[in-house]
Amino acid sequence: MKKIKYITGLAAVLASALLLSGCEWDLLNPAGYVAHQERTLMYICVAVMLCVVIPVMIAIIVFAIKFRATNTQSEYLPDWGNSHRVEMIMWGIPICIIIVLASLTGYYTFKLEPSRVLSATVAGDQKPLQIDAVAMDWKWLFIYPEYGVATINEIYAPVNRQVFLQISSESSINAFWVPRLGTVLYAMPQMNAKLHLIADVEGVFKGMSANYSGDGFNEMRFMWHSVPQDKFNNWILQVKNAGKPLGRAEYLDLARHPKVGDVAAKKKDAQVRYFSNVEKDLYYRIVNRCVADGRICNERLMARDAASSLWGQLCSVFDADYKFDNTTSQDGA
Amino acid sequence: MSVVSQIKTARMEDDHYDGSTMVLGFWIYILTDLILFATLFANFAVFSSAYNGGPHGTTIVDGEPLFNLNYVLVETFLLLISSITYGLAMVQANKNNLSGVRAWMAITFILGLCFIIMEVNEFHHLVGVLHDPAVNPAGITSAFFSAFFVLVGTHGLHVTVGLIWMALMFFHLSRAGLDSHNKTRLNCLSLFWHFLDIVWVGVFTAVYLLGVL
Amino acid sequence: MFGRFTDPNDQTAQPFYALMHEPIVLYTCIVVVVLAVVVLAAITLLGWWKPLWKNWITTVDHKRIGLMYIILAIVMLVRGFADAIMMKGHQALALGDASAGFLPPDHFDQVFTAHGVIMIFFMATPLLFGLLNYILPLQLGARDVAFPFANNLGFWITFAGAILINISLGIGNFARVGWLAYAPLSDGISSPDTGMDYYLWSLQLSGIATTMGAVNFIATIIKCRAPGMAMFKMPIFAWCALVSNVIILIIYPPLTVAFALLSCDRFLGFNFFTNDGGANPMLYVNYVWIFGHPEVYVLVLPAFGIISEIVPTFSSKRLFGYTSMVWAVLVIMILSMLVWGHHFFTMGGGEQVNTFFGIATMIIAIPTGVKVFNWLFTMYKGRIRFEPPMLWAMGMMFTFVGGGLTGVLLSIVPADFQLHNTEFLVAHFHHTIIGGVVFSYLGGLAFWFPKVFGVKPNRALGIASFWFWFFGFYFAFFPIYIVGLMGETRRMQHYLEPSLQPYFIVAFFGAVLILLGILCFVIQVILAIWYLIKNKCTLPVNENDPWGDARSLEWSISSPPPVYNFAELPQVEDEDAYWDMKRRGVPRKTSGFSKIHLPSNTNAGFIGGILLLIVGFSLVWHIWWLAAIAFVGFIFTILCHSLLGNHHGYYISAEEVQKTEDQFTAVLNAKGVKA
Repeated sequence: MKKIKYITGLAAVLASALLLSGCEWDLLNPAGYVAHQERTLMYICVAVMLCVVIPVMIAIIVFAIKFRATNTQSEYLPDWGNSHRVEMIMWGIPICIIIVLASLTGYYTFKLEPSRVLSATVAGDQKPLQIDAVAMDWKWLFIYPEYGVATINEIYAPVNRQVFLQISSESSINAFWVPRLGTVLYAMPQMNAKLHLIADVEGVFKGMSANYSGDGFNEMRFMWHSVPQDKFNNWILQVKNAGKPLGRAEYLDLARHPKVGDVAAKKKDAQVRYFSNVEKDLYYRIVNRCVADGRICNERLMARDAASSLWGQLCSVFDADYKFDNTTSQDGA
Repeated sequence: MSVVSQIKTARMEDDHYDGSTMVLGFWIYILTDLILFATLFANFAVFSSAYNGGPHGTTIVDGEPLFNLNYVLVETFLLLISSITYGLAMVQANKNNLSGVRAWMAITFILGLCFIIMEVNEFHHLVGVLHDPAVNPAGITSAFFSAFFVLVGTHGLHVTVGLIWMALMFFHLSRAGLDSHNKTRLNCLSLFWHFLDIVWVGVFTAVYLLGVL
Repeated sequence: MFGRFTDPNDQTAQPFYALMHEPIVLYTCIVVVVLAVVVLAAITLLGWWKPLWKNWITTVDHKRIGLMYIILAIVMLVRGFADAIMMKGHQALALGDASAGFLPPDHFDQVFTAHGVIMIFFMATPLLFGLLNYILPLQLGARDVAFPFANNLGFWITFAGAILINISLGIGNFARVGWLAYAPLSDGISSPDTGMDYYLWSLQLSGIATTMGAVNFIATIIKCRAPGMAMFKMPIFAWCALVSNVIILIIYPPLTVAFALLSCDRFLGFNFFTNDGGANPMLYVNYVWIFGHPEVYVLVLPAFGIISEIVPTFSSKRLFGYTSMVWAVLVIMILSMLVWGHHFFTMGGGEQVNTFFGIATMIIAIPTGVKVFNWLFTMYKGRIRFEPPMLWAMGMMFTFVGGGLTGVLLSIVPADFQLHNTEFLVAHFHHTIIGGVVFSYLGGLAFWFPKVFGVKPNRALGIASFWFWFFGFYFAFFPIYIVGLMGETRRMQHYLEPSLQPYFIVAFFGAVLILLGILCFVIQVILAIWYLIKNKCTLPVNENDPWGDARSLEWSISSPPPVYNFAELPQVEDEDAYWDMKRRGVPRKTSGFSKIHLPSNTNAGFIGGILLLIVGFSLVWHIWWLAAIAFVGFIFTILCHSLLGNHHGYYISAEEVQKTEDQFTAVLNAKGVKA
């Protein structure tokens, strides 16, 4: 008996130690509007569903005890296999719960769609800070187009200002994720995904790639520093001063990745680095696969293809009449 | 109130071979094949304009469009007529006329073989075109042609399997004539052959007709 | 000449790299080879090759094929679980950088890929097919499945796939791409080595066999039921089997297409899922999930069927709401094919697409919940006996509803925006798969064990196995839910936050408990095999209904059943056919039997399987001439079987039937029971 008490006590201590470190549970400790909304939704839905799940679990135990074979006191109805009343309740309760959850889902899916700009009530009316994120093997390249700087594996952003992320990838499907700010979004080659986030508090939040992309995938961690505006401006200056230039040739160099099994090289490759003088249409070229010389940008290629056949006009997402902006240089016809 | 169903375990029944289970099983297999082709059609539709700046159906090469509708028309008629001839073979089978079955099936085989030869020839030509830097500057097989080769090629592979099966049937027929086992086999081959014909109508429409507009 | 083995230009193949640099791989391969040699030597010394060939390798008897599938599944369970416990052990130690723990990243990545592939395709599916093979014809009152040769061929093709994936451990490497191998990571540029090719060919083989099996089972259910057994009088397990196989029929072609297109990309330089030429990797994601989501329903619906058989038997009460159970299963079948998008809410499909898939997914919870309530109301006012199968059933009900809760949570799109691809997701699908599928299948094995062997499995081991699994699961995966909520993504080979480590240690402890559960189960299997060997494979016939109060037709014949199953096909009047026959007092027929027609053995299945194994291996290593020869050989084998095989079967004479039935009558009389 004493031993049982001892073990139970130890288990309780261990359990509370584990559970009480809840301040580190990023998903339940949001630092931004989007993550906050998502957490609220999780709480509501779990609570609603527990109303059914817990009674079922209890019923299993209670029925097992009450209607065990050795209990000859309880009623025994061997042929009772149908009851309209019970059936109606059985179908009715899940239907009601799902109606509630479905309405919540519909509303919040529209509201929290990543490509939607956060409303002025939430994010104020400052122009969003744009960051173009490129997932490479195996590091993140973050380009700040307004400032012409870029970093590897480091984000600084002013607190309380909406951040508009354009997300793409160089070679594999990755996913951009800062748990405390919300919403995983896939980073895919040839695609430009749009994500709007905002940080409500200052701090340093961990970020990572949330889709496996090879054996260096673990190194794709970065830190999102949510700082006041002046600190942010200082950081931009710091990057401008310390950074190396980033043109198309340098990008192609960056894109080369260490071989399978070379663990140390991957770790080194993912260290924080700064770039200044980022070439102006580099991100456009990355998304359109025309960084290397002699390649025609996808957009031009696909629009031309769309114009050249009925299938193209029916099925292509590209508008055959799209007029190209001649200020961005594009190779080929 | 109980429904007494006439259910037999075919092949297990003494003396009387009921081929209906085999035919049902074959219909079920055709369903999977149908879904396979449906997936390949959807695949083709997704990549239907992914030419990657390279050639496609209306590209003119050596004075002719790449998808030569006259050529494809001949292929189509070969296959359609082969379906008719196989149907005639089945009519002969129901009349228990072994030589009639052999004759019509031989004609079907020849028509099918001609279809395959024409298709292999067309693929050969297309592969040559794709290797020509003047026509295909990117030098790679575009998603469009990848989808084309897989869709049309899978159909062609199925037709080839049908031809091998038809050849096998000649052996079966010479061993046991038109017994119930062979009639069931002929039934299944008939399903297969007509199925492939229907798929070809889809291929012809989606790939070739729509591809030259 | 020997493809990538000897190609000097190919730097990525490296056939023996793992054996030379990874001690775990080397020792495992040595153990496997030694075990194989021991087994083969034992078979040779005991002169068992001939009976093995005649009674097992070439058999078309659904019962034996079913047992072979189950044995294959158990062997692959050991391999898949070894991967699992390595992962858990590594993660418990993996605090730090990539050199933490004992699995370097490229090895860890192969382990988690292999774990997923093996568990789904080579453990759960063969286990399902084994149970279906053995039990389904018996429940339907049939003598065999509709296409016995295809049954045999399908088994050996599955076997070939399993061997191919096991060869990848020692020769070459396995894929490092996750169990569904997303492109473009899996294309020829990012995964140039042999791993992806092993993946593709072993799964194509498995897919062909599974599709064949589905055609077989559907034809059996539609055509081979006993007289009087209308569709709505079939056992619930048969309904679940029908629905599950219809789903297989529909989803395996898209998977075959996805893998074939990926193979074209890798082998022929096509551009379906690369980053070039107009390719679109998102299409691959769609294809694999059009397969992947219904696939889990393929596994879980028969699990529901098994629970629906166990609970009425051990509550001595008829199943509550049979009709609504059937409709629920049909609704789940249709809905399961409309929800695949919930696996990529975060791929940027937009509000409308995401909302559709989210709501469709939630709706599946309705019929699933109805089923759980049905089981509960079956227990209500019954007389419940706590035999091991009933423990598994109650454990399944208790655990599965929790897994369903987290599943519905994930179907709420904005919640999934945070939880996608985290450890929370990993915990969710293990919750439903272990709680739903594994518990049910293990319960089913315990339930039907006495039917197969004529003796009940060791009760103490059965109870111990259950409790180890039950507590092991909770210890292993609840910490993982928490790790997910702490913001860790899945497939991480190492982590930097010390606060995560205690959770992984607890999870490892859970995995050890599950290991003990598997050990208990394996000991039961070994005892069964020992019993089989002791009786020289002719098991003594025993009573038909060892659990008592059984309801379906398989419990009306002897345990183990005679080779022909039913001496005379039963006439069915109502659902719960056997229970109904007992109540109407239908006597067991003891004389006046006629001869029984059964199909003959075949060697084409085994030969075909081995040839396809050679084809797969040669394609992986680019030995084109060998692949061509083996493939032509396979076609030739099928043609030979068609032309030269014995399609007429053989007869069991009426006297033999009488003798077998008399033996059973004697057993029943000795025990004083009626059939």
